[in-house]
Amino acid sequence: MDEFERYKPLIDDFEAFLAACERPLPTVVRVNSIKTDPDRACAALDEAGIAYEEPAWQPGLLRLDTDRPGATWGSVHGWWHGQEEVSAISAPVLDPRPGERVFAACAAPGGKGSHLAALADDSCTLVANDRSLGRLSALRFNFERLGVTSAAVTNRDARNYSMKPFDFDAFDRALVDAPCSCEGTIRKNPDALDDWSEGYIETVSTLQRKILERAVQATRPGGVVVYSTCTFAPEENEAVLDDVLEREDCRLVEFDLALDHDPGIAEWHGEAFDPSVRKAKRVYPHRNDTGGFFCARLEVGE
Amino acid sequence: MTDENGPESRAPESESGSESNPGSESGPESSSGVERENNGSRFDRLPASLEDRSVTGRPTREEVVAWWTDRYGVPVEVFEGYTFWEKGSGKLWAFRGEAPSPIAIEGLGITFLRTRRDHWKPTTDAVQRFGHHATRNVCHVSEAEAKRFVAGEDQDIAWEGDWGYLIVAHELAGVVEPIGVGLYLYNELRSQVPKGRRRDLK
Repeated sequence: MDEFERYKPLIDDFEAFLAACERPLPTVVRVNSIKTDPDRACAALDEAGIAYEEPAWQPGLLRLDTDRPGATWGSVHGWWHGQEEVSAISAPVLDPRPGERVFAACAAPGGKGSHLAALADDSCTLVANDRSLGRLSALRFNFERLGVTSAAVTNRDARNYSMKPFDFDAFDRALVDAPCSCEGTIRKNPDALDDWSEGYIETVSTLQRKILERAVQATRPGGVVVYSTCTFAPEENEAVLDDVLEREDCRLVEFDLALDHDPGIAEWHGEAFDPSVRKAKRVYPHRNDTGGFFCARLEVGE
Repeated sequence: MTDENGPESRAPESESGSESNPGSESGPESSSGVERENNGSRFDRLPASLEDRSVTGRPTREEVVAWWTDRYGVPVEVFEGYTFWEKGSGKLWAFRGEAPSPIAIEGLGITFLRTRRDHWKPTTDAVQRFGHHATRNVCHVSEAEAKRFVAGEDQDIAWEGDWGYLIVAHELAGVVEPIGVGLYLYNELRSQVPKGRRRDLK
């Protein structure tokens, strides 16, 4: 994990960070409120003899004492969905409501998208898009098992997303959970850094800028856009935000997150960003025994 | 982003409408511009009733809702807010958002009902989503029978009711929860759980 040395100046207790990255990740599921509630999910786990803990920072998450959460009745019925704990951050930050038009620009394989639908009582219009048809197949499989009836699934390039299939011309809210170098998933995928290079980070950050820019354009004035990644690289996080702040009429806003986190960084490798990028949040693996994550909330100008 | 059911678990027999619909035909447009046949590359909203129907043989919303009420006792109100769509001949989807008709996209809500054959067949997705409102043609099975059913096995089960497609349900955490569709014929309950949704819980 020499690749992470570049983050030493950013991270307190860097040795603990590296040690956490070496440890496997706990098995976590998110209870799917479209089909059940946490009490019944816990009762089903009790019946199955599977021990669990409930992380305090967000209701509806369960850390399971099994490495096969799929081999359970709860999974058959779509009562829960296996996903990394930190991947449950984005949807509540976007906070979609029933009746709204909600965009998930890079939605596959569907953990965050199904979370968005559940938060809106499965009665919004969720446009779940992904460029990869193979990954969309996984998304549809997950959405169907989880009982998501409010999603329209599209297979387009999010960088120039066209609203043409729909009758409306703007979304109320948009989630850009961008393709990224996935450094923060190292605990889940020990080979996550195999293809890592600074060149790849530069390439993917161009893609991220374009996707976020288009999502802001496709969101109505006063609407909300959430940008998230599972990586630490400032090039893919604060630098992308800095770019969209310059190009589009939008601003970063504060939000609450009950997980222990750091603020966004306003400077990296000699480059200064818009100081409001500090409103973004960085989640490091050693603080909460989770994966790594980055999340920011933007409001589109009126 | 961990996904316990990767794409590899999706079987070709899956009920979900696939990108290619070999059984569907692309209908030519008539000179009036109104479609007369089903077009398998897009979603078309079901007409409200027979008076609104232009595509021959396409089920109506009225018929679809009445079928769930007649067959399973699901109250009409359960489907308020839903629209029903056909993509691929006889493959119906249930959707609870806004979309214009027709719309050529990859998915719209969940797969809901197959109406191509004489006996209409609900999907596993629909039964799991709406089946807890059912009051008849629900076959309650024991834990052991439920595990065989979800593994895709056929089994001899005593059933006094109608033959045909039943909702198969079991008790989980104090509630009756539908697992999927079983075809009951000659004292045998045949599991219709698609391969990608089967699990070995034994």
